[in-house]
Amino acid sequence: MNVQSIDSARFSATRGAASAAPKGRVRIIDAVKMYGVQGGGVLAVDHCTFDVPPGEITVVVGPSGCGKTTLLNAIAGFHSLSSGSIYLDDEMLCGPGKLKAEPGPDRIVVFQNGALFPWKTNIENVTFGPIMQGAMSRAEAYDKARAMMADAGLRGIETNYPGEISSGVRRRVEIVRALMNDPKILLLDEPYRALDSLTKSVMHEALLEIFYKNRVTIFFITHDLEEAIFLGHRVVIMTTRPCKPKKILDIDIPHPRDYGVLTTKRFREFMEETAAAVHEEAIKAFDAGERER
Amino acid sequence: MSETKLSDLAGIGARQAERGPTADITSWALTMHRWSQWLQSPRPYLMLIGFAGFLGFWYLAVEVWKLPRFAEMPGPTQVFGEWFSKDPTYGLSIFTPEYYLHIWVSTRRIAIAFFLATAIGVPLGLFLGWSLRFKQYVFPVFELLRPVPPLAWVPLAIVMFHGSETPVIFLTFLASFYATALNTMLGVESIDVSYVRAASCLGAKRWQVFRHVIVPGALPFIFTGLQISVGVAWFSLVAGEMVSGQYGLGYVINTSYTMVRYPTIVIGMATLGIVGYVTSAAIRLLGNYMMQWRMRELSLGAAR
Amino acid sequence: MNRISKGIDRAVLFITGENFWRGIVSIIVFLIFWETGSRSQALFGFAFPWVSQVPPPSAVALEMFRLIQQPSFWVSAYLSTARVFEGFFAAMLIGIPLGLAMAVSRTFYGISFPVFEVLRPIPPLAWVPASIIFWPTQEMSIAFVTFLGAFFTIVINVIGGAQSIDVRYFQAARSMGSSTWDIFRRIILPAVLPSIVVGATVGVGITWAVVVAAEMISGGGSAGSVGGAAGGGLGFFIWNSYVGGSYTQIVAGMISIGIAGYVSSAILRKVGAWMTPWLAEG
Repeated sequence: MNVQSIDSARFSATRGAASAAPKGRVRIIDAVKMYGVQGGGVLAVDHCTFDVPPGEITVVVGPSGCGKTTLLNAIAGFHSLSSGSIYLDDEMLCGPGKLKAEPGPDRIVVFQNGALFPWKTNIENVTFGPIMQGAMSRAEAYDKARAMMADAGLRGIETNYPGEISSGVRRRVEIVRALMNDPKILLLDEPYRALDSLTKSVMHEALLEIFYKNRVTIFFITHDLEEAIFLGHRVVIMTTRPCKPKKILDIDIPHPRDYGVLTTKRFREFMEETAAAVHEEAIKAFDAGERER
Repeated sequence: MSETKLSDLAGIGARQAERGPTADITSWALTMHRWSQWLQSPRPYLMLIGFAGFLGFWYLAVEVWKLPRFAEMPGPTQVFGEWFSKDPTYGLSIFTPEYYLHIWVSTRRIAIAFFLATAIGVPLGLFLGWSLRFKQYVFPVFELLRPVPPLAWVPLAIVMFHGSETPVIFLTFLASFYATALNTMLGVESIDVSYVRAASCLGAKRWQVFRHVIVPGALPFIFTGLQISVGVAWFSLVAGEMVSGQYGLGYVINTSYTMVRYPTIVIGMATLGIVGYVTSAAIRLLGNYMMQWRMRELSLGAAR
Repeated sequence: MNRISKGIDRAVLFITGENFWRGIVSIIVFLIFWETGSRSQALFGFAFPWVSQVPPPSAVALEMFRLIQQPSFWVSAYLSTARVFEGFFAAMLIGIPLGLAMAVSRTFYGISFPVFEVLRPIPPLAWVPASIIFWPTQEMSIAFVTFLGAFFTIVINVIGGAQSIDVRYFQAARSMGSSTWDIFRRIILPAVLPSIVVGATVGVGITWAVVVAAEMISGGGSAGSVGGAAGGGLGFFIWNSYVGGSYTQIVAGMISIGIAGYVSSAILRKVGAWMTPWLAEG
């Protein structure tokens, strides 16, 4: 075992000890979001209620423009709700009297087109969170960053800029950047949408590997049903806009999973169960003429 | 179970090194590389053809064919003869100290006006872009004064500021200030909101977001604005010098005309062009240096 | 019909929204500051540094009111505007084809662009004496300098616009059997139009600046102020007001030029928007 692995093991252990009970349980209760003004508005989220269990991967699937990103933004604190409430563990993030949550390092977002700061090197990006919060000294932050990056197979690119590495690698750096802050929940907004399917399959396995090491709650949005069933403990299928959970499935395929899972019988059964529902919504969305955002 | 775990891999950096251009190239090497590419293309030779054509036409029109329209114009031999002569007929060449005095005076005015304009314009632009409330208060007044062209301010400036230096510098400052502030504001407004959101998620407070996201994110636009700003500054400076200044390149051009020293006019114009170009290029190079990340991104990704 | 109601809607929102009032407040504050500053000697017993030399807005407003009733003022305004549009259209007429040629032919670009770039940093006003020597009449020399002002901006914008046309448009057209002329007319021209509009809007502002400057420098073509013989344009008007010591006229003239410049840009922007309907928000 080399030094890097020992360090990373130590960090994982401390994390594991501190979080004996998994954190990051999100409850969405009757959330409604209306855009626009006085009577001429657009309903994006229509009385959504569902739970995101802690320590698990919950995937929300739905056609483009259905309002799932709005939900994620409400959890993250970028958008307000028109009514309803969202709870994280036992704390109200937003609800009556406080329609907009505050963004914070307990709920970190990984963005669709990537939001690594292009003007900072990769390691400067990764250490950004802890340094801004003053949670640890620069030296400590850099040490931890180097260990976590090595853990994720990203050794050697610390002093490069994001513009110099491929987009798949950039995504991974962004996830490490998020994990540096010990978030309760990781919010992923279609992060692999822009990648080709070969890179995507590598990314999926990478994400799962990271998840197994850290057991952080993950809330993942996608339009790709296969991706959803492959990754998720729980899959929530949304209707087209305004979105509302149409079907919720608990995927009982055992973890740890790898790409061999895709050809198993159980996987195909899940696909059959859900494909019709998703397709129905997709047709409705197409008819409604959703523009790609 | 996967055969290899990602953390077992040698590291992405090592593998990219095998594949091709990496970030280990220094910026200097990158510049040299692009330089040599340029020399090998047809472009330097086309450039020479262009200049030869231009100078050739000028020479022929004035001195050989003696076209009527060009009758009173000085030809290239006259101009270059004067410019590079040890004892110029009209007193101004690269060997006379007055020449450099005028260049220095103009450049000094530009420097003062430009630095003032940047020192005030960049922060103002940053705040205009960052705070909607601030913009709503300040921008209308800003826009109110903008359409007045720089030279229209000359009489008022002379009335307001006594002396002959200050009005000229004020003019130059004004034009430069507007260009800088506007471009900076645009720069802030075009920063992808995802960066700001990411920073808030990661626990940055508002002032930290400003310092670590807004300022670096707007930098490319700021530098474009600065280049435009320096160009506008020269424009206004020359106008100001021609109307009410002493010394300076604009003054040289104007007096050369009134004293019928035509070759010196062209010398003045050419010098202006060179100095203007140099100042603009200096800013661009400074920008490239400060935004290493952009240069690398463009070099390694772009085909051109 | 729908567009009209949408337009009215936005106007109402703009006026009653916070946006509008905040701007009004600061403009009022600015005017108050200006007024008290101008009169600071009388009001406070000591003069503010620079503002006190400037005539107060009240006096300027009166002067403007007086001026717009004088036909000679409008003659000046007309002269300046005519010069602006002469030079501007000449710049478009020559600049757009030149820019397109440079963008389309790499050889032509290689030959002409360096010369272009060498001439560009020379401020248009520096050309005034050379222009006077070269052109037979003063009008033409001013027109030439005005032309130069807008020309460089327009060419740069056209080249930029043409270079950023996605190559796939060409491939698509060719695969559907378009001739070169067709490609030019249906792909290059429309794609470059937005850049031309941007170049034009910026160029017109520069043109105004150059016209005013040229008028002030070259004496406006004929002697006389607004009250006298047919004036030499607004720039000359301002200069004359300065020489004649009438400071309120100076400021009134500046404001007139500002308004004229703003209106020209606005007109161009509207025309540009009309010519590129596909850019409008959905």
